[in-house]
Amino acid sequence: MKPSGLRVYAVAYLIFLYAPIILLPLFAFNDNKIIAFPLSGFTTDWFAEMWGDDALWRAFQNSMIISTSVATLSTLLGLFAARASTRFDFPGKAPIIGLVMLPLVLPEMIIAMSLIVVLLAIGVELSIFTIIMGHVLICTPFAVAILTSAFQSLDRSLEEAAYDLGEGTFSTFMRIIFPLVLPGIISAFLITFIISLDEFIIAYFLGGSDVVLSAYIFGQFRFPAKVPAMLALGTCLVLISITLLTIAEYFRRRGVARMGGKDAGGFL
Amino acid sequence: MRAANTATPFTQTEGFKGLRLISPTLLYCLILMAVPLATVVVYSFMTDGDLGVTGPLNADNYIKVWTGKVYQTIMLRSLLVSIMVTIATVLLAYPVAYYVSFHVPAHRKALWLFLITIPFWTSYVVRVFLWKVILGYNGVINSGLLSLGIIDEPLQAINYNIGALVMTLAHAYAPFAILPIFVVLEKIDRSLLEAGQDLGESRIVTFLRVTLPLSVPGIIAAVLIVFIPTIGDYVTPDLIGGGKLPMIANMIEVQMLKQNNKALGSAIAVSAMLIVTIVSVLFVMLNRRNIKGGAK
Repeated sequence: MKPSGLRVYAVAYLIFLYAPIILLPLFAFNDNKIIAFPLSGFTTDWFAEMWGDDALWRAFQNSMIISTSVATLSTLLGLFAARASTRFDFPGKAPIIGLVMLPLVLPEMIIAMSLIVVLLAIGVELSIFTIIMGHVLICTPFAVAILTSAFQSLDRSLEEAAYDLGEGTFSTFMRIIFPLVLPGIISAFLITFIISLDEFIIAYFLGGSDVVLSAYIFGQFRFPAKVPAMLALGTCLVLISITLLTIAEYFRRRGVARMGGKDAGGFL
Repeated sequence: MRAANTATPFTQTEGFKGLRLISPTLLYCLILMAVPLATVVVYSFMTDGDLGVTGPLNADNYIKVWTGKVYQTIMLRSLLVSIMVTIATVLLAYPVAYYVSFHVPAHRKALWLFLITIPFWTSYVVRVFLWKVILGYNGVINSGLLSLGIIDEPLQAINYNIGALVMTLAHAYAPFAILPIFVVLEKIDRSLLEAGQDLGESRIVTFLRVTLPLSVPGIIAAVLIVFIPTIGDYVTPDLIGGGKLPMIANMIEVQMLKQNNKALGSAIAVSAMLIVTIVSVLFVMLNRRNIKGGAK
């Protein structure tokens, strides 16, 4: 009964998924400006070049400011939406949630361009702040999805017990609900942070003269001599993403376990 | 926490509390998404000139977009690429979702899903560029095969063409296709499958008559979630196509920013959304019967 054929296929598929990520460090440490086999030797020059790049550091700084703000804001907006949709019945619930989740399926180009049109029309200068505006829009649905599942596995009787014991709405939220959904909040924060850090289209078009990491990488790819250093930077970014993801996954699982739920896995 | 009744003041009702709680999120989406989208729709019926976008309302932009040879070519290409990407992604993903749902032990499923989603969370620009490097004329595949002596001169069939575009996009959207199918497969009552086999059906027939029809809602979700964003992709046509295979998003950029014709750019954007909506609605309608007969 061993489904060996399927298993081989599934593993091959995983290899296909990981192929670019595996090649990334391979060429980031390769002692050659040209990205091709055979590998010519080990070097850390590209990482040194990356480290000494001032423009890159400015982009890094911008990215950090944006991702932190975006993660905070979209987790907060996600909390409101997730709590409202799991706890209350209200008129127009389905269309409202649908609208909030719409950016998940809307091409980013459309979001970016429609925002640009309005911002330019009312005379707002493009900067870090306009990138944040756009990113919060596309990150909020992810926060809503993660937090909704956190709120759903919340045992309603715990909350009612708190009310019966004389706690008010706010203190019940802070003392009972918040600690129970905290793992969900942390994982929503980290996921939205990663999405904002990696996002390109909105950051590229809404940034004006402020450049973020993804846009900087995109620009540098036009110069073949710069490519290896960008691959070094890509390697670092992938490492950051995977580390944050692993932490997010840990908290998500702990949240599920804490509430005695069954682990269905996955963020989406 | 009593149920709302006529004696309850409006501000104490469930409905009010829910709306009040969701209002910050709703307002944000209305102001930063709904209003801009509506503006684009209005712009698309106006004219962009020296004084900016002005009235009166007319359909000139749409006539230009829908009859112009260049626009037609690019829209058709976008549609074609998205359809090919969707088919490739869903077909390749289904067996993986099936494997994880039916053959991976329960305690390992979360790990598999985690592994499948990781690549999706890494820099999109870097991933697309790496495909360019992998598939290029002097790229990884060609140089690898050359140095191994398998080929004598670089393969040109894998360079910057539609196939490379499709492959890169299929890679980018893989988890989007696997997860919805997986979720639906997980919900299938395993005793139905046993019943099928007890009644003498082979495993393949059981799959075709029970599992596959029951998983249709997941397939539809996967198709939509891959198809819709793919048609608006900007990075892949730019990097992989080398600017020679522009898609709708690249055309929107050219009109909106480089030509500074926001009205025409808006008409292209609205046309793109129309195409996506029509194709999606048609697709869902075609499968309506299957959904009704399928999972609850």
